[in-house]
Amino acid sequence: MQWRNTPSHYGLLSIALHWLVAVAVFGLFGLGYWMVGLDYYSSWYKTAPELHKSIGILLFVVMLGRMLWRWINPPPASLPEHDRLTRLGASFGHTFLYLGLFVLMLSGYLISTADGRGIGVFGLFEVPATITRIPSQEDVAGLVHEYLGWALVIFAGVHALAALKHHFIDRDRTLSRMFGR
Amino acid sequence: MLQKTLAALALGTALLGAGHATAADYAIDTEGQHAFVNFKISHLGYSWLYGTFKEFEGGFSFDEKNPEASKVNVTLNTASVDTNHAERDKHIRSDDFLSVGKHPTATFESTSVKSTGEGTADITGNLTLNGVTKPVVIAATFIGQGDDPWGGYRAGFAGSTMLKLKDFAIEKDLGPASSEVELIISVEGVRK
Repeated sequence: MQWRNTPSHYGLLSIALHWLVAVAVFGLFGLGYWMVGLDYYSSWYKTAPELHKSIGILLFVVMLGRMLWRWINPPPASLPEHDRLTRLGASFGHTFLYLGLFVLMLSGYLISTADGRGIGVFGLFEVPATITRIPSQEDVAGLVHEYLGWALVIFAGVHALAALKHHFIDRDRTLSRMFGR
Repeated sequence: MLQKTLAALALGTALLGAGHATAADYAIDTEGQHAFVNFKISHLGYSWLYGTFKEFEGGFSFDEKNPEASKVNVTLNTASVDTNHAERDKHIRSDDFLSVGKHPTATFESTSVKSTGEGTADITGNLTLNGVTKPVVIAATFIGQGDDPWGGYRAGFAGSTMLKLKDFAIEKDLGPASSEVELIISVEGVRK
């Protein structure tokens, strides 16, 4: 497998980015869901949100890189057996996943930086606050983050189910392409 | 008929007013913000955490000669809580603490005032917080009163009371040292 995409196959870099983001998104959702219910005296009460924010910031960087790579090296063309509706659906779905993820990450950033605090990333560096003190900023951003988080993870599940449907029912290469075949 | 009623009303008002000849009504100065509703709670038993409610309004009536006839009422916007940390404030507004979505306001309305010494009094009243109404006693101190430099007349008080979080249906466990919060109020009123 080569590292660049070709007109018919995904390359190693696109595939690696796809699965890395998939693991990060589901992992961050699980971590986020778990951490907000933690007891105040749990040893994770402070560390889990720090981990969630650190990974989230890194995911944002990875997603920027993924967008850049997509622009430099476009993904392969749709499979010839896919009709217009399938292509349109896939296109809308992928756009929602990309856009939703960026809005989700931005809303998380706006919660933690609402009072001007930066976000530390694994204690290595700090991302400074930019937009602060919008009225009810942390509350509105918090609601967006919660509901969009649910929407995105459900939609990512639908995306996975669609891939399985292509693989097992339509028996096309949609899913195998994401494994480099 | 109408004239008679009006006359009776006027007389009644005059008589009622006579008993309170020197009592004055004051509006809590939130315009110039010479008023604070603060709170203080222990963090782990190691330090004090302070917070404030930024939006509230209210008033009091006060007569120096008859302090036990004083009355006070305050309504505050629970979502205006500020502890200088956005994430914590968001948490305090959530259902773990103040449930501000369900209970956007908290109120205090005095029911009786009992003088406890020179310039001090216990103000008993109903506090509604997080949807729970309970009587509380605020230990209050008269700070001072007089003309202000801008043509008005002002009077100010400070007071505090201890609240058990559980009494106001706040079930989040912050540890044994943090089951109570002290409400600390400092208000200046401008005479109406």
